[in-house]
Amino acid sequence: MDADEIDIDHLARLAALRLDGDERSGVERDLQRIIALVDEMQAVDTEGVDPLAHPLDATQRLRADEATELIDRERYQAGAPEARDGLYLVPSVLSDP
Amino acid sequence: MNTGWEAVIGLEIHVQLATQSKIFSAAANRFGAPPNSLACPVDLGLPGVLPVLNEAAVRMAVKFGLAIGAEVCEHSSFDRKNYFYPDLPKGYQISQLAAPIVGPGVLEVPLDDGAAIEVRIVRAHLEEDAGKSIHDAYAGQTGVDLNRAGTPLLEVVSAPDLRTPEQASACFRQLHSLVRYLGICDGDLSQGSMRCDANVSVRPQGREALGERTEIKNINSFRFVEKAIRFEIDRQIERLEAGLAVVRETRLYDAAKDETRPMRGKEFSDDYRYFPDPDLLPVVIDEAFIEAVRTELPELPGARRRRFQEELGLSEYDASWLTRNPDTADFFESAARTDGSNAKQVANWVMGELTARLNREDLTIDSTPVTAEALGQLVARIEDETLSSKTAKTVFEALWNGEGEVDAIIDARGLSQMQDAGELTDLIDGIVAKHPQQAEQFRAGRDKLLGFFVGQVMKATGGKANPRRVNELLREALGKSG
Amino acid sequence: MAPFSSLRELRQGLGRGDCTSLELTEAALDRARRLHESLNCFITLDEEKAVAAAVAADRRLQDGSAGPLTGMPLAHKDLFCIEGWPTTCASKMLANFISPYTATAIDRLQGAGSVTLGKLNMDEFAMGSSTETSHFGPTANPWALQRTPGGSSGGSAACVAAGITAAATGTDTGGSIRQPASFCGVTGLKPTYGRVSRYGMIAFASSLDQGGVFARDVEDAALLLSVMAGFDPRDSTSSAHRDPWLESVPDNGVGELAGDSLTIGLADEFFSEVSEGAECIDEARQALEALGFRCRTVSLPHIRTAMPAYYVIAGAEASTNLSRYDGVRFGHRCDQPASLADLYERSRSEGFGTEVKRRILTGTYALSAGYFDAYYLKAQKIRRLVAEDFAAAFRAVDLLLAPTTPGTAFRRGQLTDDPVAMYQQDVCTIPVNLAGLPAISLPCGLHEGLPVGVQLIARHFDERRLMQAGAAFQRATNWHEARPALEGAS
Repeated sequence: MDADEIDIDHLARLAALRLDGDERSGVERDLQRIIALVDEMQAVDTEGVDPLAHPLDATQRLRADEATELIDRERYQAGAPEARDGLYLVPSVLSDP
Repeated sequence: MNTGWEAVIGLEIHVQLATQSKIFSAAANRFGAPPNSLACPVDLGLPGVLPVLNEAAVRMAVKFGLAIGAEVCEHSSFDRKNYFYPDLPKGYQISQLAAPIVGPGVLEVPLDDGAAIEVRIVRAHLEEDAGKSIHDAYAGQTGVDLNRAGTPLLEVVSAPDLRTPEQASACFRQLHSLVRYLGICDGDLSQGSMRCDANVSVRPQGREALGERTEIKNINSFRFVEKAIRFEIDRQIERLEAGLAVVRETRLYDAAKDETRPMRGKEFSDDYRYFPDPDLLPVVIDEAFIEAVRTELPELPGARRRRFQEELGLSEYDASWLTRNPDTADFFESAARTDGSNAKQVANWVMGELTARLNREDLTIDSTPVTAEALGQLVARIEDETLSSKTAKTVFEALWNGEGEVDAIIDARGLSQMQDAGELTDLIDGIVAKHPQQAEQFRAGRDKLLGFFVGQVMKATGGKANPRRVNELLREALGKSG
Repeated sequence: MAPFSSLRELRQGLGRGDCTSLELTEAALDRARRLHESLNCFITLDEEKAVAAAVAADRRLQDGSAGPLTGMPLAHKDLFCIEGWPTTCASKMLANFISPYTATAIDRLQGAGSVTLGKLNMDEFAMGSSTETSHFGPTANPWALQRTPGGSSGGSAACVAAGITAAATGTDTGGSIRQPASFCGVTGLKPTYGRVSRYGMIAFASSLDQGGVFARDVEDAALLLSVMAGFDPRDSTSSAHRDPWLESVPDNGVGELAGDSLTIGLADEFFSEVSEGAECIDEARQALEALGFRCRTVSLPHIRTAMPAYYVIAGAEASTNLSRYDGVRFGHRCDQPASLADLYERSRSEGFGTEVKRRILTGTYALSAGYFDAYYLKAQKIRRLVAEDFAAAFRAVDLLLAPTTPGTAFRRGQLTDDPVAMYQQDVCTIPVNLAGLPAISLPCGLHEGLPVGVQLIARHFDERRLMQAGAAFQRATNWHEARPALEGAS
């Protein structure tokens, strides 16, 4: 893998981040160093090894189907950037360019 | 249709599961509450919250898998599908990509012409529904209601086995019927309980290779599935015949304009970065769980359809029509099994008068004022010739208006047919005597005059005479020499 | 009571009526305020809430309904949600977030009677090893104010080391409890993954995060763990494992190792990372041998690649765990967003600091189309190899002894321009998180006046032997009683 190939703008778009000027170049340089570090993994032979997603050998527990949660909308929305009539408001999704 | 072209259609149908609570939280799963009044911290994606899987959602998925003869996967897992959209609170949807809970199965789809096709189901997986964006309430702003966020969905993915819009619609309809039978979805399309995405491509007849496809998203009625796909097939053929390419894209169906058009907005990413959700562990379903669910399986529409044909002597068409909706099938069966009733007659009434009336009043069969028992008794009274087809309609009307039971209505309204031969014979003899000229002509061979006499008798009896008996007795009376 | 009393001493004092919870709480608040300028270990102190809780605790102490922690002031890392408290994760993104609910672990600590004094500083979203990435400014190391306390739970380590509270909570994703415990000369416990509920603990990397504690000694750490730990139906990864030993800790303490002479493994792969304080770690080994532990060498060949694998896995999980911070329902929103995309991008870019952005982008890269197999999947395979290395070692030995960090506390600003050098700080702690094992960092000496820590690592859910060995070590040594000479503290 070549760390120089990082398309920082593409990654930023996927992550919904905007990087400008000095921050963009600084983060790009750091990212190249980080990717170079993680590329040390490529030297390890993992042929036939199963990936391990979770440290414990446990399985998913199932929850009884009961609607027990009490909803306190006013409290949950107390810190909302913008809410009206119980709805969260955002710039129109239809007016995006 | 367009000759020389063949359409290839596959469906992805999202079935909202009828659980009490959401798939990963204990908030209530229901429709129509005030905005965000059913969204708990887990549904809102507040910092620090975690998902826990609902047992009933798993059970329902397994039930569906068993019903289509699919493999229920012993190991399944949940993945995160990452994209940003206001109605997706966590910035990812929890879904199953790598290991779905239900593997390949088959859905038998009866068609309107009485034939049936087998549609392969590739997989069915569990996922969480998103919230709703409300676009028209505020100028320049979108409102976000997360009540629906976290509603359990079973996404059923068909193989591209469908060839016509009618087949696609029949497939959607059959799936609708199946999930209603299984009791895992309320089937209310108007509330979005089932939503259909259609992948559509066309290719020259006889060619193996598939054409470029488009995806039509979020179609929510049987009729629209048919219309949207028909429009899309025509559009694609038109482009190809004009030498243009079909562009792979997501489109929406606009019912008002009866057209599909490319979807706007940024709900879709070009890279969803799926990976196993570390907040959830592998789901393991053991044999005992599967067997327990198997015992809960009801009689499925195919089996019931065949039984109606074999036991009750219904035609393929009638049996298929009546078994589409489990409530209709239950209604029919209970009416048909009333003492003295007749299955074919009941079928005619259910598919004719009753359905017409329900449609006119915008009611469903589970809210009909005419009960199955009442309809069964009504048919029984036709069978024993108490009622004529005409008086039966009067009784049906009275039943609809809540005027009481069948026999009480017949008595109260004096609708019972005259059966007594003596009474009718006297009446008929009188009428023949009153019209000697017509009787003479009849005897001379003018058969048509029988109708004249029948009319006279019916007039005299106020329509209550049994027409078959009247015919018999008239022929008898007129046969005697003058 | 003196500022450096242990939880057990406080319990005794409160029980005998030598002091009240209100006195302890006010003294702690006072010390926290006096040290604020030099240490900056609190993001939030709430006198009103703390005093109200202390008054309630004193009532319970008097009417005999006290729990194991009644009346004891504690402070919590500011990524534990507490109802009605600001919960910031040291980020501008959540600077104004008031949690509407309480994390299970904190709920249990409060339910046992503890008094919440305030919320502690940390690296932003727990991403860092120095508590320098906090939106609220860096925390200083009480032993040397120009040095970092380590991170990410640096505020917690500094709070306990400075004698403000006897104990504090923290979280450990790649060393975030053990490394600052080592830098600040306190005892830091990272339990087995699944022991402590993650519900209400703001996620950094879900398969690695584990809540734990900072305390004066192993006994106090065990007492807190016994209250915090336990199955939580709200966390799918919470373990249903029952541990009668842990349940008996509030009554019986940690207890002594039951006669059996344990074997401790030492892996060269860990020791070769040490650049400072090796002599202290060697003395710790000798002290354990003197107590009857047998030491032998083991090999953990994949430890070296644990770090790169960790940065891929932690980054991948973090990149999507942090997608919910989008300026829609809570948290920072930019002024006057011109469009939805503008709302997302500006809110997130303004709300997150540089290190958080680096991690999000690293994770996004590792999960993106075309790179998933080479990075994310590869890292998960290495994770298995690391876990198998430990499993193999634990077939031969009962515990592992390892340095907690390569060196002692570094100077503030020393590593800020070199993220990779900063990541190297966690080289000895990360493998433990990948395998989900319990580990504890114990003070084991001073190197040039700065604390050195040594790590004990145990099998899954074997906190009993881990802590009995640690307690035995602390009965034989007194490094855990060393105190920094703090200016402005008295």
